[in-house]
Amino acid sequence: MGGLKITDVSFSYGAKTALNGVSFEVKPGQFCALLGPNGAGKSTLFALLTRLFTTRQGQITVAGADLARQPRVALAQIGVVFQQSTLDLDLSVRRNLRYFAALHGLSGAQAEVRILAALERLDMAERADERARDLNGGHRRRAEIARALIHDPAVLLLDEPTVGLDAASRRAITNHVHDLAQQTGKTVLWATHLTDEVQDSDQLVVLHRGQILANDSCATVRGDRPLADDFLLRTGAAT
Amino acid sequence: MRTAFIALAAIIQREALRFIRQRERFIAALVRPLVWLIVFAAGFRAALGLSITPPYQTYITYEIYIVPGLCGMIILFNGMQSALSLVYDREMGSMRLLLTSPLPRWWLLLCRLIAATVISGLQVYAFLAIAAIYGIHLPWQGYVLVLPALIIAGLTLGALGLALSSLIRQLENFAGVMNFVIFPMFFLSSALYPLWKMAESSELLHDICAVNPFTHVVELIRFALYGQLNLTALGWSALAGVVFLALALWGYDPSHGLTRHKR
Repeated sequence: MGGLKITDVSFSYGAKTALNGVSFEVKPGQFCALLGPNGAGKSTLFALLTRLFTTRQGQITVAGADLARQPRVALAQIGVVFQQSTLDLDLSVRRNLRYFAALHGLSGAQAEVRILAALERLDMAERADERARDLNGGHRRRAEIARALIHDPAVLLLDEPTVGLDAASRRAITNHVHDLAQQTGKTVLWATHLTDEVQDSDQLVVLHRGQILANDSCATVRGDRPLADDFLLRTGAAT
Repeated sequence: MRTAFIALAAIIQREALRFIRQRERFIAALVRPLVWLIVFAAGFRAALGLSITPPYQTYITYEIYIVPGLCGMIILFNGMQSALSLVYDREMGSMRLLLTSPLPRWWLLLCRLIAATVISGLQVYAFLAIAAIYGIHLPWQGYVLVLPALIIAGLTLGALGLALSSLIRQLENFAGVMNFVIFPMFFLSSALYPLWKMAESSELLHDICAVNPFTHVVELIRFALYGQLNLTALGWSALAGVVFLALALWGYDPSHGLTRHKR
């Protein structure tokens, strides 16, 4: 029972509403792009999904576990890549991953096997002993995605993971994660404001000013228009 | 259970590695109390007369008097510095990473606290070793018996830092912490002068010092260094620690703490 289900979630910072009745579901093996301009509420949704905040309005279910009622079961099923890098730059990639493995209760040989497997999946195995500081931006991101996979979560959350990367690295990482969803059956929620990261077969959720404007396959949402035009039209019309 | 200890070991290891790497931080942590001990205390020795008060059984020099206070100072600075690194961490996201672990949040915060206490303890022993070379000798049992006092001091002052880091957003600025937390706590305590001496100049100041948790932490260390248990100091230090920890847990609770304020 994988998947991610968000039902009628609302959240406000004091008087300012950040999310208003947000509902959508992502099935296992599905790559879902959460597309929205800056300030749409993507980061707030991610904060709720990772339990940095909680809200009384609405329900979040991760792989069948209610995040409010069984937070630890739900969190164990989530792998997260945050917008800002959370690598300790002075430590090697392997040490960074070991630290994270330990936070999930993995140590010793078991942790090493999983770390290696996660790094291999992202083509990062040969960089395991390099210092995070010596990696380029794209490789750092890959190391973080590998880290998010160590505990074999059912759901992978990525909050604008390609920010600050060049076009080639951006494409490589986007492709990697698409493959990951297809090959491993993980549920992927990928927040972005860049339309070229979304493929036609992806599920597309358009978020604007805390509300969902569209939720369907990307091909259906955009119709005959290029996605970039469609996105501007939707978010522009809603201005 | 095993999972919880794997995480604890990893968090301590990470803090220790980070501390060793920041060599200037280690040196600063040692230089600060040594300057007080060697420069300030030497100047003050002439000005301040000390009578025989427990735990001392003989006349002591001012250098000897301020050693426990300086141990407390090391722990106080470390607690605040660890809090700042938490704020910095939170900005950088690695605190968020820590909080996405499926372990209970109170345990994760306690792990950070224990890690900071281990670092403080190492610094205090390094300071005591240099003080011994400088000529300040304490009863040998004191070096062992002070350990539990250092642990309580580390947890209490670390919990204060943790509470501040969750409740006050402006903590990024270390000068602010110096002015509003470290200096008042340090100067309005028994670290530099005994409370009875304070009472001679002002009853009010004496009363403020007497309720300052830092005073009790320092007294706990002072008595422990001479192999004695000061129950009053232990009680107040532990109580303060529990209150600070409760505040910190409240602050880091996702449903109400200030962590929910928009960045």
